[in-house]
Amino acid sequence: MNKLDFDTWLALNQLYAEYAAAVDSNDWDKWIALFVEDCDYRVQPRENHERGLPLSTLALLSGGMLRDRAYGIKETLFHDPYYQRHVTGAPLVEKVEDGVIVAQANYAVFRTKLSQETTVFNVGRYLDRIRITPDGLRFAQRHCIYDSEMIPNSLIYPI
Amino acid sequence: MAAVFPIKPVWDQPGSSRIPFWAYTDEALYKRELERLFYHGHWCYVGLEAEIPNPGDYKRSVIGERSVILTRAADGSINVVENVCAHRGMQFCRERHGNKTEFVCPYHQWTYTLTGDLQGVPFRRGVKQDGKVNGGMPKEFNTADHGLTKLKVASRGGVVFASFDHDIESLEDFLGPDMTAYFDRLFNGRKLTILGYNRQRIPGNWKLMQENIKDPYHPGLLHTWFVTYGLWRADNKSELKMDAQYRHAAMISTRSQQAATSEVTAGVTSFKSGMEINDKRLLDIVPEPWWNGPTAVMMTVFPSVIFQQQVNSVSTRHIQPDGHGSFDFVWTHFGFEDDTPEMTERRLIQANLFGPAGFVSADDGEVIELSQMGFEQKPNHRTLAELGGYGVENTDHMVTETLIRGMYNYWRKVMEI
Repeated sequence: MNKLDFDTWLALNQLYAEYAAAVDSNDWDKWIALFVEDCDYRVQPRENHERGLPLSTLALLSGGMLRDRAYGIKETLFHDPYYQRHVTGAPLVEKVEDGVIVAQANYAVFRTKLSQETTVFNVGRYLDRIRITPDGLRFAQRHCIYDSEMIPNSLIYPI
Repeated sequence: MAAVFPIKPVWDQPGSSRIPFWAYTDEALYKRELERLFYHGHWCYVGLEAEIPNPGDYKRSVIGERSVILTRAADGSINVVENVCAHRGMQFCRERHGNKTEFVCPYHQWTYTLTGDLQGVPFRRGVKQDGKVNGGMPKEFNTADHGLTKLKVASRGGVVFASFDHDIESLEDFLGPDMTAYFDRLFNGRKLTILGYNRQRIPGNWKLMQENIKDPYHPGLLHTWFVTYGLWRADNKSELKMDAQYRHAAMISTRSQQAATSEVTAGVTSFKSGMEINDKRLLDIVPEPWWNGPTAVMMTVFPSVIFQQQVNSVSTRHIQPDGHGSFDFVWTHFGFEDDTPEMTERRLIQANLFGPAGFVSADDGEVIELSQMGFEQKPNHRTLAELGGYGVENTDHMVTETLIRGMYNYWRKVMEI
């Protein structure tokens, strides 16, 4: 199968929308629930990606690490408060094989700090592998490969 | 009441334990810092030899605010040249890295060798037309006089430093024997492998980054991860050491395997006794023979770089100032040629603790930004760095701000403030 049926296409778009809603509303339980347990989530500079350098800004390689990050955000990381807002482009489906959808999409994340204007925070594309599970579509891989050459100070919430 | 914005800033405090806010906000002072700290008398970090392994390889870097290029010439030599064309001043190298046999400025195609010598000038001898020669450079024009600005280069253990100042002392004298020893502990001659980069722009004065890594007071308080897992805690076995002029420093610490004592955690809101890591790989620490004991050595080489060993994560952190109120902070994570695939994976996973999103480093950028905001608000005020007293000395504990006092003791001398 290399083409999605209409229901799966709708589900894929719904997954992308749910992901953006979860990370924009600080709903970390929901964010974690959108991944399979043996997941691979990375936020990586485009420079490293294209040069084959393995370092990521964030590399969370299991559901456990996603939970550790969520705990860090809620309990341990000090940061200036901010809102983030994702705008995700339409999925580009590359192929479907063995119950996995290989897709990518452009994204832009805006940051709004209290008492300040909104700025572009991070821009890039998602490189996804989405597993078709009995519970619905789940991310097996989400790599956020960002063009932005500089992180404006720090990156706390997942992209 | 004193003016909020002093017209002529005067350091009216004794010693170096109270640092005026204007030391971080005054633009003229910042220009003097570029002049005296980055462009004269100091070795500045430019990169790692492993970034330019082959003849023809180059990497664009920066010293202070001046763009430079690190190159490996055909003969294998390492060179650093300024990225400004000798003709019309254009910053001609725009790629971040690559491989070339020569540099060509696109504007008028002046060409340079990788060591910075001017090779070719189009129409140098004019253009023949109707039996006469039009234009051309004056007869006395000598290409040897118009190369790129060449910097003095020192490379040790695979780390490349450069200076615009050709009269500078040797790198070893600059570091001093104690700092050289800690430098050699990390860069002991093994080939480095580049794992990748992280880049962040921090809206604060560049000195705050040096101070952050000269401040052993905060890690066990600001960074929950450190205090809870004993990576950096006030009761760890530790030493603070400086060079003879107090400009460079090493914070040396050995992770405590014991439960935290109540003095260091009582009332510390960041300490979470019930905190458990879900995925233990985040703290899967495997001691390496070259550590010779300490689990962390954080080294500040003034003014431009920090060398990090925090358990299995090693990196260079390059400070690239941009105006008095902002700097770019570039992290280069590396490993060693003899690393097993498991060790490489471990270094990459522990990198989650560091960098602009790190469990323990993301907050550092945040507190620097907010400190700068406080300074801009009332430059006539001053910070207080008096934990452990007023003096400057090496210590065998970390309950002190002696390294910050040391840095400003040196800064006042060089800056004549």
